[in-house]
Amino acid sequence: MAEKEDKINEGSPIDSGTNSNNAQQDSTEGWFHRLRKGILTSTAEKRDVPEGLWNKCPECGYICTTTELKENVYVCPKCNFHHRISSEDYFDIIFDDHQFKELFGELTSKDILGFTDTKPYSKRIKETEAKTHLKDSMRVATGKVKGNDLIIACMDFAFIGGSLGSVMGEKIARAIDHAIKHKTPFMLISKSGGARMMESAFSLMQMAKTSGKLSQLSDAQVPYISLLTDPTFGGVTASFAMLGDLNIAEPAALIGFAGPRIIKETIRKDLPKGFQQSEFLLDHGFLDFIVDRKELRDKLDQIIILFKG
Amino acid sequence: MPQYPNRQFLDFEEPIRNLYEQIEQTKKLASKNPKIDYDSTITQLEGAIVEKRKDITEHLTPWQRVQLSRHPDRPYTLKYINKMTTNFLELFGDRNVKDDKAMIGGFAQLDGHTAMFIGQQKGINTKNRQLRNFGMANPEGYRKALRLMRLAEKFNKPIVTLIDTPGAYPGMEAEERGQGEAIARNIYEMMRLKVPVICVIIGEGASGGALGIGVGDRVLMLENSWYTVISPENCSSILWRSWSMKEKAAEELKLTSDYMSKFKLVDGVVPEPIGGAHWDYDASAENLKKVLIKTIKELEKISPEKRITQRIEKFEKMGQWNEA
Ligand SMILES: [Zn+2]
Repeated sequence: MAEKEDKINEGSPIDSGTNSNNAQQDSTEGWFHRLRKGILTSTAEKRDVPEGLWNKCPECGYICTTTELKENVYVCPKCNFHHRISSEDYFDIIFDDHQFKELFGELTSKDILGFTDTKPYSKRIKETEAKTHLKDSMRVATGKVKGNDLIIACMDFAFIGGSLGSVMGEKIARAIDHAIKHKTPFMLISKSGGARMMESAFSLMQMAKTSGKLSQLSDAQVPYISLLTDPTFGGVTASFAMLGDLNIAEPAALIGFAGPRIIKETIRKDLPKGFQQSEFLLDHGFLDFIVDRKELRDKLDQIIILFKG
Repeated sequence: MPQYPNRQFLDFEEPIRNLYEQIEQTKKLASKNPKIDYDSTITQLEGAIVEKRKDITEHLTPWQRVQLSRHPDRPYTLKYINKMTTNFLELFGDRNVKDDKAMIGGFAQLDGHTAMFIGQQKGINTKNRQLRNFGMANPEGYRKALRLMRLAEKFNKPIVTLIDTPGAYPGMEAEERGQGEAIARNIYEMMRLKVPVICVIIGEGASGGALGIGVGDRVLMLENSWYTVISPENCSSILWRSWSMKEKAAEELKLTSDYMSKFKLVDGVVPEPIGGAHWDYDASAENLKKVLIKTIKELEKISPEKRITQRIEKFEKMGQWNEA
């Protein structure tokens, strides 16, 4: 039962109906599973896992220590599989000397409608906060990348599937205001199943709200880099994630509007291998390029210099 | 609109069908017994039908409103355009991939003034429903819509979108051609259009598929339409892992026009004839036409720059959170 609840918490209350990588997580053996969960949910939990424990790659089965995996920015040293990581991990990887300042951390979700599905939304929020030690599915931070300022808004998949609700919308809006005010390039890292159903039309309207703000960012001629990671779906893909001056993605990330399960049910056919992966999107012209996490910092540096120079 | 016996009845409309049947029987009796006057009986029964329509309207559950929004006799986009406007010139194609039959559009005159009309179109019979893909547009539909909006902008004509969709089409080709990007682009560009934009949800307003033509200076809902992030059926399937909770989902989502207006997520509600738009196409179109003419006039008084600023600010206000 707890297992089932976990899945509902992490992967599903989202409009695209996708929970793509859960199958992989489920198939891992017990202790590897716990270990992977430690890595994939939140840093706070991760710190409970003692250093030096082993990790098995869900893609190729390669076994290495968590320390080794962390040093390799959570990318499998053997097959290049990109593990799902948290906002804390991204900030840590991207910013100079792992130094950053979090902004707007005081915003938390509100049960606007008194929404109840299998449990009340207000309870779901509290439980998720306790479990993940996160306030919502997005965190915003400023810092430097090789000496240049960057503001990053990054999603946490562990918080209700990285779902887009009022808090995420408002944090993006404020991050954009900050970027305009300080003329600082804006980066948004997406990792989300889509809009948060428990906020109903309020969550839908965040797509419009954020697009309006991006329009202001555009008028201010401040660059916007959208990094799409595994998975990015639904209302997130159908708004700001696809509106970057540069749309870039991590390798083999699943990205789409409708989730694979819904497409399969609609067309009653199996989907081809590689469908909706970053490489597929690049081929069809929707990404500027794919970036390996190990090269992310260098690429960002190059982008910032090119826009500045 | 269809007349009895070609009318279709939802389960909660069945009492009305019974009244119609009584009228038919009374008429038969009348033809057999020409000496007896049945007129008053028929008038009474007709009055009872109106009363019943009123009664139904007053006690609709959210799910019943969703059912009304999908009523097989409900007027669709082209019906409204034909009833409200003159000189409609339908335009086709996205100039790129193809023409999407689920998304229609063209210039027409409203009260003698040219405007661009765009909307999802549902089919009126089995064959037609497939042709229209049940009102589920592909990326080329959204790009066709944007092309027409740009055309309107170039010639300084206001834009009216009529929204009626169960969602953007979740197909393989749709993904290949960038369904997400197409909707995102429309939302973004609509925010910046220099001409007045009015969006009206006339039936189903499901998710990004609706919002893809749904960003405007004024967003209105017909009384018995719904608008939210997901259909009640899909919401039930995802949150409850069962198709059986759609009624409950419809309640929880608070997707009806009264709630949406109260939340200030839409700017107004356009009343429908008693019992729903399917009872009187002319009256439905007339109600909407009046509101559109008035709203366009209001919006045209505002400068384009100010309109865009106000449009962005309106959406920026949407959302609620706690802040410690
Ligand atoms: Zn591997």
